[in-house]
Amino acid sequence: MSTATYSTAVAGSTSFAEKLKKWVPIFVIAPSILASFIYVFVFAGWTFYISLSDSTLLPTYGFRGLENYISLWNNRRWGVAYSNLFFFSFFYVFAAMAVGLLLALLIDQKIRAESFWRTMYMYPLAVSFIVTGTVWQWLYNPTAGIQFLVNSLGWTDFEFALTTDRKNAIWAIIITGVWQSAGFTMALFLAGLRSVDGDIIKAASIDGASTFRIYRKVILPSITPIFLAVAVVQLQAAIKTFDLAVALTNSGPGISTTFPATYVYDLMFQRGEIGEGAAAAMMILAALAVVLVPYSLYLTWRRRKESGRG
Amino acid sequence: MADTTLSSSRGIDLEAGAASRKRLISRIIIYGLLTLFALFYIGPLFVVVVNSFRPLQEISANGLLSLPQSLHLSAWPQAWGEFCIGGQCAGMQRYFWNSDHDGGPGDHHSTALGAINGYVLSKWKFPGSEIIFGMMLLGVFMPGQIALLPWAFLLGKLGLANSVYGLILVHCIQGLAFTTLFCRNYFIGIPDDLVKAARIDGAGFWRIFYKIILPISPPILIVTVIWQFTGIWNEYLFGVVLNSGANQPITAALVALSMSGTTVRSYDVMSAAVLIGALPPLLVYFFGGKYFVRGLTQGAIK
Repeated sequence: MSTATYSTAVAGSTSFAEKLKKWVPIFVIAPSILASFIYVFVFAGWTFYISLSDSTLLPTYGFRGLENYISLWNNRRWGVAYSNLFFFSFFYVFAAMAVGLLLALLIDQKIRAESFWRTMYMYPLAVSFIVTGTVWQWLYNPTAGIQFLVNSLGWTDFEFALTTDRKNAIWAIIITGVWQSAGFTMALFLAGLRSVDGDIIKAASIDGASTFRIYRKVILPSITPIFLAVAVVQLQAAIKTFDLAVALTNSGPGISTTFPATYVYDLMFQRGEIGEGAAAAMMILAALAVVLVPYSLYLTWRRRKESGRG
Repeated sequence: MADTTLSSSRGIDLEAGAASRKRLISRIIIYGLLTLFALFYIGPLFVVVVNSFRPLQEISANGLLSLPQSLHLSAWPQAWGEFCIGGQCAGMQRYFWNSDHDGGPGDHHSTALGAINGYVLSKWKFPGSEIIFGMMLLGVFMPGQIALLPWAFLLGKLGLANSVYGLILVHCIQGLAFTTLFCRNYFIGIPDDLVKAARIDGAGFWRIFYKIILPISPPILIVTVIWQFTGIWNEYLFGVVLNSGANQPITAALVALSMSGTTVRSYDVMSAAVLIGALPPLLVYFFGGKYFVRGLTQGAIK
């Protein structure tokens, strides 16, 4: 009924109304496009410009060329930040993948109460790095946490004081980061394991291959794209590491657990070096691009190859 | 079973026995490892819950990792309404409601916009719509640090500096990329013929959206709402940079709280405060876990 009256009402002024109707979707999405455009390009462009400017406490627009970048790379603390990033990324990504894969393989063994176990390993993903970091900071505290417990059980020489030890504080962040995110890699791996064609597995087991051999020779090789995806996702998370480092060690002791992202915050809002902070932020963007651009090119290439074959 | 078959099946029985023993051992290893990891995972949560009910003297004397000897409930009301954070002694409630006011509208608006965007980008494609989708996707990967100064500047101009409304705007726009991605990828699976048939029948843009798309969208809308809510609730960087004092979200208050304890740390109250900050997303997770996980895996793979 209402459709009928609607169309007759429109019929009078067909051309204009019809044209207008065509534009509805574009009108509707235009504000979002504008907002996204500003968010992605204008913001990044503005920060880039600030990184080339003489801004200190407030944004100013005197052009300084690459001087902020030069002074950033000559800065000892930035050196600590990016060497931390490399160290952290390597062990964090590797360990999160190893633990996640192990958990996924365990859960894939037709176990009882599967969803119970999965819920257990994935609940940290729901809470913030701030909550996780705060609680683990207590556990690492030598006078209240794990060391205190072991000492009071009688092993008085036991030492486990990662967060107060310059050299090892980064391990506290790695361990906690893995605790938080291994459940996530587990979920991705598990989805991958479940997507493998059951017939191939059946054929292999009829041929007498052991479970271990089937995993090694049949299942795992067929989910290599998942390995790559998980590595990329975790790597870009590692590059953005901020909350966890703040809550666990607050870049300390001293400056030993400075990360690029925490240093950006420090430069911009503690020291009033906005220009150099913007340069550091651009370096984070560059690091992300180094990871994500080749990966998306690879994905496009693979998709094209697959559609070419099919 | 039958006597005649007994002798011939002996060998097979032995073999089967060995196989079942082997299977038993592997089961023990599997469940043993699962249990070890489960303890590792549940441990920290257990510690915080227990300590929020222990008196402080007991924690100071026996450490955080010991069993409770008495029950003590006052940490919770203290954490909620009295504890001093950054010079203000009104507990976590203020920050809790800040995060709630931020998460609610931020969640709702970005999901609604994402659903409409996804609808346009999948069912009303126009020249250049794929490129626009690609551009919006870049927002998924933008590091927050790039947007800090522009946001501070823009919110200042808009008169939204240091307000929860400012944070809502930030989280809406930041979330747009995710919500659009989720909805677009879901709607693309809805047959185009359905939409075409409706168009031939004279249904317009909004009518198709309300009568065809929305009724089959609850799964993806739940995923998106959960994703945005937990994301906004747990967000820290923008909350601490763009807002200060009483306008900060709960994550920023938690950091201020754990940094402020210079002399004696009130682990009992802090435990309760941490749980207050963790509870909303945890409840969402325990009740909507399936959707939560779906969001995580979809957000990652694309």
